[in-house]
Amino acid sequence: MTLAIIWVIGVVAAVGYSLFAGTTEAVAAAVFDGVETAVQFCLGAGVIMCLWCGVFEVMGRAGLTKGLTRLLKPILCKLFPRTARYPDIFGALSSNVAANILGLGNAATPMGIKAAQGMAKLRGERSAKELATLVVLNTASVQLIPTTIASVRAACGAAVPFDILPAVWVTSVCSVAAGLLTVKVLNR
Amino acid sequence: MSTILTLMMPLIMGGVGLYALFRRVDVFAALTDGALDGLKTLLRIFPSLLMLLPVISMLRASGLLDALAGLLSPVLDRVGIPAELTPLMLLRPLSGGGALAAATETIRAFGADSLIGRTAAVMIGSTETTFYVIAVYFGAAGIENGKRIIPAALIADLVGFVMAAVTVRWFFS
Repeated sequence: MTLAIIWVIGVVAAVGYSLFAGTTEAVAAAVFDGVETAVQFCLGAGVIMCLWCGVFEVMGRAGLTKGLTRLLKPILCKLFPRTARYPDIFGALSSNVAANILGLGNAATPMGIKAAQGMAKLRGERSAKELATLVVLNTASVQLIPTTIASVRAACGAAVPFDILPAVWVTSVCSVAAGLLTVKVLNR
Repeated sequence: MSTILTLMMPLIMGGVGLYALFRRVDVFAALTDGALDGLKTLLRIFPSLLMLLPVISMLRASGLLDALAGLLSPVLDRVGIPAELTPLMLLRPLSGGGALAAATETIRAFGADSLIGRTAAVMIGSTETTFYVIAVYFGAAGIENGKRIIPAALIADLVGFVMAAVTVRWFFS
Protein backbone atom coordinates (compact mmCIF):
# COMPACT_ATOMS: atom_id res chain seq x y z
CA MET A 1 0.00 0.00 0.00
CA THR A 2 2.86 2.38 0.83
CA LEU A 3 4.26 1.99 -2.66
CA ALA A 4 0.86 2.65 -4.23
CA ILE A 5 0.65 5.96 -2.39
CA ILE A 6 4.25 6.87 -3.25
CA TRP A 7 3.66 6.04 -6.92
CA VAL A 8 0.45 8.01 -7.32
CA ILE A 9 1.66 11.01 -5.31
CA GLY A 10 4.93 10.93 -7.28
CA VAL A 11 3.17 11.13 -10.65
CA VAL A 12 0.68 13.78 -9.52
CA ALA A 13 3.39 15.87 -7.86
CA ALA A 14 5.66 15.73 -10.92
CA VAL A 15 2.87 16.77 -13.28
CA GLY A 16 1.59 19.44 -10.91
CA TYR A 17 5.01 20.94 -10.31
CA SER A 18 5.86 20.90 -14.03
CA LEU A 19 2.78 23.05 -14.78
CA PHE A 20 4.01 25.52 -12.19
CA ALA A 21 7.69 25.41 -13.19
CA GLY A 22 7.15 25.20 -16.95
CA THR A 23 8.91 21.86 -17.33
CA THR A 24 5.99 19.95 -18.88
CA GLU A 25 7.94 18.77 -21.92
CA ALA A 26 10.77 17.44 -19.82
CA VAL A 27 8.32 15.54 -17.62
CA ALA A 28 6.64 13.92 -20.60
CA ALA A 29 10.02 12.88 -21.98
CA ALA A 30 11.08 11.57 -18.57
CA VAL A 31 8.52 8.75 -18.74
CA PHE A 32 10.39 7.17 -21.63
CA ASP A 33 13.70 8.03 -20.08
CA GLY A 34 12.67 6.06 -16.97
CA VAL A 35 11.57 3.07 -19.03
CA GLU A 36 14.89 3.18 -20.85
CA THR A 37 16.71 3.18 -17.51
CA ALA A 38 14.70 0.11 -16.46
CA VAL A 39 15.62 -1.74 -19.65
CA GLN A 40 19.25 -0.70 -19.31
CA PHE A 41 19.18 -1.89 -15.72
CA CYS A 42 18.11 -5.36 -16.85
CA LEU A 43 20.55 -5.61 -19.73
CA GLY A 44 23.47 -4.17 -17.78
CA ALA A 45 23.24 -4.50 -14.03
CA GLY A 46 20.70 -7.34 -14.14
CA VAL A 47 22.88 -9.63 -16.21
CA ILE A 48 25.91 -8.96 -14.02
CA MET A 49 23.73 -9.79 -11.00
CA CYS A 50 22.83 -13.13 -12.60
CA LEU A 51 26.52 -13.91 -12.98
CA TRP A 52 27.00 -13.16 -9.29
CA CYS A 53 24.06 -15.40 -8.39
CA GLY A 54 25.83 -18.23 -10.20
CA VAL A 55 29.05 -17.63 -8.27
CA PHE A 56 27.08 -17.49 -5.01
CA GLU A 57 25.40 -20.80 -5.78
CA VAL A 58 28.87 -22.34 -6.16
CA MET A 59 29.86 -20.78 -2.81
CA GLY A 60 26.84 -22.34 -1.14
CA ARG A 61 27.38 -25.80 -2.65
CA ALA A 62 31.08 -25.75 -1.76
CA GLY A 63 30.13 -25.32 1.91
CA LEU A 64 31.58 -21.84 2.37
CA THR A 65 28.61 -20.88 4.55
CA LYS A 66 29.40 -23.76 6.92
CA GLY A 67 33.02 -22.68 7.24
CA LEU A 68 32.05 -19.10 8.01
CA THR A 69 29.42 -20.32 10.49
CA ARG A 70 32.15 -22.03 12.49
CA LEU A 71 34.32 -18.88 12.41
CA LEU A 72 31.45 -16.76 13.71
CA LYS A 73 30.56 -19.00 16.64
CA PRO A 74 32.64 -17.23 19.35
CA ILE A 75 31.26 -13.78 18.48
CA LEU A 76 27.66 -14.97 18.25
CA CYS A 77 27.94 -16.82 21.58
CA LYS A 78 28.65 -13.47 23.21
CA LEU A 79 25.77 -11.71 21.44
CA PHE A 80 23.27 -14.53 22.05
CA PRO A 81 24.31 -16.29 25.28
CA ARG A 82 20.87 -17.76 26.00
CA THR A 83 20.18 -19.02 22.46
CA ALA A 84 23.67 -20.56 22.37
CA ARG A 85 22.42 -23.20 24.83
CA TYR A 86 20.11 -24.64 22.17
CA PRO A 87 22.26 -26.08 19.35
CA ASP A 88 19.39 -26.37 16.84
CA ILE A 89 18.26 -22.76 17.13
CA PHE A 90 21.81 -21.47 17.44
CA GLY A 91 22.80 -23.39 14.30
CA ALA A 92 20.03 -21.74 12.28
CA LEU A 93 20.96 -18.36 13.73
CA SER A 94 24.66 -18.73 12.85
CA SER A 95 23.81 -19.88 9.30
CA ASN A 96 21.53 -16.85 8.96
CA VAL A 97 24.31 -14.45 9.91
CA ALA A 98 26.90 -16.27 7.77
CA ALA A 99 24.62 -16.27 4.71
CA ASN A 100 23.90 -12.55 5.25
CA ILE A 101 27.63 -11.78 5.35
CA LEU A 102 28.20 -13.70 2.11
CA GLY A 103 25.20 -11.98 0.53
CA LEU A 104 23.15 -15.16 0.08
CA GLY A 105 19.81 -13.53 0.83
CA ASN A 106 17.77 -16.47 -0.42
CA ALA A 107 19.47 -18.81 2.03
CA ALA A 108 19.59 -16.33 4.90
CA THR A 109 15.88 -15.58 5.30
CA PRO A 110 14.57 -19.16 5.87
CA MET A 111 17.37 -19.78 8.39
CA GLY A 112 16.65 -16.51 10.17
CA ILE A 113 12.93 -17.30 10.36
CA LYS A 114 13.68 -20.77 11.72
CA ALA A 115 15.93 -19.23 14.39
CA ALA A 116 13.37 -16.53 15.23
CA GLN A 117 10.56 -19.07 15.61
CA GLY A 118 12.72 -21.21 17.88
CA MET A 119 13.70 -18.20 19.98
CA ALA A 120 10.08 -17.06 20.27
CA LYS A 121 9.15 -20.49 21.67
CA LEU A 122 11.80 -20.26 24.39
CA ARG A 123 9.81 -17.47 26.08
CA GLY A 124 11.26 -15.42 28.90
CA GLU A 125 12.54 -11.86 28.78
CA ARG A 126 16.11 -12.92 28.01
CA SER A 127 15.27 -14.72 24.77
CA ALA A 128 12.89 -11.93 23.73
CA LYS A 129 15.82 -9.53 24.04
CA GLU A 130 18.01 -11.78 21.94
CA LEU A 131 15.25 -12.10 19.36
CA ALA A 132 15.17 -8.30 19.10
CA THR A 133 18.94 -8.35 18.56
CA LEU A 134 18.57 -10.92 15.77
CA VAL A 135 15.91 -8.88 13.95
CA VAL A 136 17.99 -5.69 14.20
CA LEU A 137 21.03 -7.57 12.92
CA ASN A 138 18.95 -8.57 9.89
CA THR A 139 17.61 -5.06 9.25
CA ALA A 140 21.17 -3.71 9.16
CA SER A 141 23.43 -4.86 6.35
CA VAL A 142 26.40 -7.07 7.18
CA GLN A 143 26.97 -8.07 3.55
CA LEU A 144 30.68 -8.19 2.73
CA ILE A 145 30.37 -7.65 -1.03
CA PRO A 146 27.37 -5.58 -2.15
CA THR A 147 27.07 -7.13 -5.61
CA THR A 148 23.76 -5.59 -6.68
CA ILE A 149 24.84 -1.98 -6.38
CA ALA A 150 28.31 -2.82 -7.74
CA SER A 151 26.55 -4.26 -10.80
CA VAL A 152 24.63 -1.01 -11.20
CA ARG A 153 27.88 0.95 -10.93
CA ALA A 154 29.55 -1.32 -13.49
CA ALA A 155 26.64 -0.88 -15.90
CA CYS A 156 26.81 2.92 -15.42
CA GLY A 157 30.47 3.06 -16.40
CA ALA A 158 32.30 3.12 -13.06
CA ALA A 159 36.05 2.78 -13.58
CA VAL A 160 36.38 0.37 -10.63
CA PRO A 161 32.88 -0.75 -9.55
CA PHE A 162 34.20 -2.19 -6.28
CA ASP A 163 36.24 0.83 -5.19
CA ILE A 164 33.39 1.66 -2.79
CA LEU A 165 34.09 -1.48 -0.71
CA PRO A 166 36.22 0.14 2.03
CA ALA A 167 33.59 2.86 2.45
CA VAL A 168 30.80 0.24 2.54
CA TRP A 169 32.64 -1.79 5.18
CA VAL A 170 33.29 1.17 7.51
CA THR A 171 29.70 2.37 7.06
CA SER A 172 28.21 -1.10 7.67
CA VAL A 173 30.25 -1.62 10.84
CA CYS A 174 29.13 1.77 12.23
CA SER A 175 25.49 1.16 11.31
CA VAL A 176 25.38 -2.38 12.75
CA ALA A 177 27.14 -1.22 15.90
CA ALA A 178 24.65 1.64 16.30
CA GLY A 179 21.71 -0.75 15.89
CA LEU A 180 23.05 -3.32 18.34
CA LEU A 181 23.96 -0.65 20.87
CA THR A 182 20.49 0.90 20.70
CA VAL A 183 18.83 -2.48 21.17
CA LYS A 184 21.09 -3.14 24.12
CA VAL A 185 20.21 0.18 25.76
CA LEU A 186 16.46 -0.29 25.10
CA ASN A 187 16.67 -3.86 26.43
CA ARG A 188 17.64 -2.61 29.87
CA MET B 1 44.56 -2.80 -2.26
CA SER B 2 43.50 -0.99 -5.42
CA THR B 3 44.61 -3.93 -7.58
CA ILE B 4 42.49 -6.26 -5.44
CA LEU B 5 39.48 -3.95 -5.78
CA THR B 6 39.97 -3.71 -9.55
CA LEU B 7 40.17 -7.49 -9.87
CA MET B 8 37.49 -8.16 -7.23
CA MET B 9 35.04 -9.97 -9.46
CA PRO B 10 37.52 -12.18 -11.38
CA LEU B 11 39.37 -12.96 -8.13
CA ILE B 12 36.21 -14.13 -6.37
CA MET B 13 35.18 -16.13 -9.44
CA GLY B 14 38.56 -17.84 -9.58
CA GLY B 15 38.90 -18.37 -5.84
CA VAL B 16 35.42 -19.77 -5.35
CA GLY B 17 35.77 -21.92 -8.48
CA LEU B 18 39.06 -23.45 -7.36
CA TYR B 19 37.79 -24.10 -3.83
CA ALA B 20 34.59 -25.69 -5.15
CA LEU B 21 36.47 -27.86 -7.63
CA PHE B 22 38.69 -29.00 -4.76
CA ARG B 23 35.55 -29.85 -2.78
CA ARG B 24 34.29 -31.88 -5.79
CA VAL B 25 31.36 -29.60 -6.58
CA ASP B 26 30.02 -29.64 -10.14
CA VAL B 27 30.99 -26.00 -10.58
CA PHE B 28 29.41 -25.34 -13.95
CA ALA B 29 26.04 -26.83 -13.05
CA ALA B 30 26.01 -24.71 -9.89
CA LEU B 31 26.91 -21.58 -11.89
CA THR B 32 24.09 -22.03 -14.38
CA ASP B 33 21.54 -23.01 -11.69
CA GLY B 34 22.46 -19.89 -9.76
CA ALA B 35 22.22 -17.70 -12.86
CA LEU B 36 18.73 -19.09 -13.50
CA ASP B 37 17.75 -18.18 -9.94
CA GLY B 38 19.18 -14.71 -10.56
CA LEU B 39 17.07 -14.40 -13.70
CA LYS B 40 13.98 -15.28 -11.66
CA THR B 41 14.88 -12.61 -9.09
CA LEU B 42 15.38 -10.11 -11.91
CA LEU B 43 12.00 -11.03 -13.37
CA ARG B 44 10.43 -10.50 -9.94
CA ILE B 45 11.90 -7.02 -9.41
CA PHE B 46 11.60 -5.83 -13.03
CA PRO B 47 7.92 -4.81 -12.91
CA SER B 48 8.42 -2.59 -9.88
CA LEU B 49 11.58 -1.04 -11.35
CA LEU B 50 9.76 -0.42 -14.64
CA MET B 51 6.97 1.39 -12.79
CA LEU B 52 9.11 3.31 -10.30
CA LEU B 53 11.93 4.54 -12.54
CA PRO B 54 9.71 6.74 -14.77
CA VAL B 55 8.18 8.35 -11.66
CA ILE B 56 11.60 9.21 -10.25
CA SER B 57 12.72 10.51 -13.67
CA MET B 58 9.56 12.61 -13.88
CA LEU B 59 10.10 14.03 -10.40
CA ARG B 60 13.64 15.01 -11.34
CA ALA B 61 12.66 16.43 -14.75
CA SER B 62 9.87 18.52 -13.25
CA GLY B 63 12.38 20.26 -11.04
CA LEU B 64 10.58 19.18 -7.87
CA LEU B 65 13.50 17.04 -6.66
CA ASP B 66 15.89 19.97 -7.03
CA ALA B 67 13.46 22.25 -5.20
CA LEU B 68 13.10 19.69 -2.42
CA ALA B 69 16.87 19.28 -2.27
CA GLY B 70 17.26 23.04 -2.00
CA LEU B 71 14.77 23.12 0.83
CA LEU B 72 16.43 20.32 2.76
CA SER B 73 20.05 21.16 2.04
CA PRO B 74 20.53 23.52 5.02
CA VAL B 75 19.68 20.62 7.34
CA LEU B 76 21.45 17.86 5.39
CA ASP B 77 24.54 20.00 4.70
CA ARG B 78 25.15 20.11 8.42
CA VAL B 79 25.65 16.34 8.54
CA GLY B 80 27.36 16.36 5.14
CA ILE B 81 24.75 14.40 3.18
CA PRO B 82 24.06 15.63 -0.40
CA ALA B 83 20.40 16.74 -0.42
CA GLU B 84 19.98 15.10 -3.85
CA LEU B 85 19.88 11.76 -2.03
CA THR B 86 16.68 12.58 -0.11
CA PRO B 87 14.36 10.37 -2.23
CA LEU B 88 16.79 7.46 -1.91
CA MET B 89 16.94 7.79 1.87
CA LEU B 90 13.16 8.07 2.19
CA LEU B 91 12.57 4.97 0.07
CA ARG B 92 15.39 2.83 1.47
CA PRO B 93 13.68 1.44 4.61
CA LEU B 94 10.34 0.97 2.81
CA SER B 95 11.04 -0.66 -0.52
CA GLY B 96 14.08 -2.48 -1.88
CA GLY B 97 12.92 -1.99 -5.48
CA GLY B 98 12.11 1.67 -4.91
CA ALA B 99 15.49 2.37 -3.36
CA LEU B 100 17.27 0.51 -6.14
CA ALA B 101 15.32 2.54 -8.70
CA ALA B 102 16.21 5.80 -6.94
CA ALA B 103 19.88 4.79 -6.67
CA THR B 104 20.08 3.66 -10.30
CA GLU B 105 18.49 6.91 -11.47
CA THR B 106 20.81 8.98 -9.26
CA ILE B 107 23.94 7.11 -10.36
CA ARG B 108 22.96 7.55 -14.00
CA ALA B 109 22.11 11.23 -13.56
CA PHE B 110 25.26 12.24 -11.65
CA GLY B 111 27.74 9.61 -12.86
CA ALA B 112 28.95 6.42 -11.17
CA ASP B 113 32.23 7.99 -10.09
CA SER B 114 30.76 11.26 -8.82
CA LEU B 115 30.61 12.00 -5.10
CA ILE B 116 26.79 11.79 -5.14
CA GLY B 117 26.77 8.59 -7.22
CA ARG B 118 29.27 6.91 -4.92
CA THR B 119 27.39 8.01 -1.78
CA ALA B 120 24.17 6.58 -3.23
CA ALA B 121 25.95 3.26 -3.86
CA VAL B 122 27.44 3.12 -0.35
CA MET B 123 24.03 3.91 1.18
CA ILE B 124 22.45 0.99 -0.68
CA GLY B 125 25.40 -1.30 0.04
CA SER B 126 25.39 -0.76 3.78
CA THR B 127 21.67 -0.76 4.64
CA GLU B 128 18.71 -3.10 4.18
CA THR B 129 14.99 -2.76 3.45
CA THR B 130 14.33 -2.32 7.17
CA PHE B 131 10.53 -2.45 7.31
CA TYR B 132 10.32 -5.38 4.92
CA VAL B 133 12.71 -7.41 7.11
CA ILE B 134 10.80 -6.40 10.25
CA ALA B 135 7.50 -7.42 8.63
CA VAL B 136 8.91 -10.82 7.66
CA TYR B 137 10.23 -11.54 11.15
CA PHE B 138 7.22 -10.15 13.00
CA GLY B 139 4.94 -12.31 10.89
CA ALA B 140 7.02 -15.46 11.16
CA ALA B 141 7.93 -15.32 14.85
CA GLY B 142 4.78 -13.64 16.14
CA ILE B 143 6.60 -10.69 17.68
CA GLU B 144 3.96 -8.25 18.84
CA ASN B 145 6.17 -5.57 20.29
CA GLY B 146 8.35 -3.40 18.05
CA LYS B 147 9.18 -0.91 20.77
CA ARG B 148 12.89 -1.64 20.78
CA ILE B 149 13.31 -3.19 17.33
CA ILE B 150 11.94 -0.34 15.18
CA PRO B 151 13.89 2.53 16.84
CA ALA B 152 17.10 0.50 16.87
CA ALA B 153 16.71 -0.48 13.21
CA LEU B 154 15.97 3.12 12.16
CA ILE B 155 18.95 4.46 14.12
CA ALA B 156 21.13 1.90 12.33
CA ASP B 157 19.79 3.22 8.98
CA LEU B 158 20.37 6.83 9.98
CA VAL B 159 23.95 6.14 11.07
CA GLY B 160 24.42 4.27 7.79
CA PHE B 161 23.27 7.28 5.73
CA VAL B 162 25.47 9.75 7.60
CA MET B 163 28.50 7.46 7.55
CA ALA B 164 28.04 6.75 3.82
CA ALA B 165 28.50 10.47 3.13
CA VAL B 166 31.40 10.70 5.59
CA THR B 167 33.30 7.65 4.29
CA VAL B 168 32.89 8.58 0.62
CA ARG B 169 34.42 11.95 1.38
CA TRP B 170 37.22 10.24 3.35
CA PHE B 171 38.12 7.78 0.65
CA PHE B 172 37.49 9.82 -2.50
CA SER B 173 38.32 13.48 -1.92
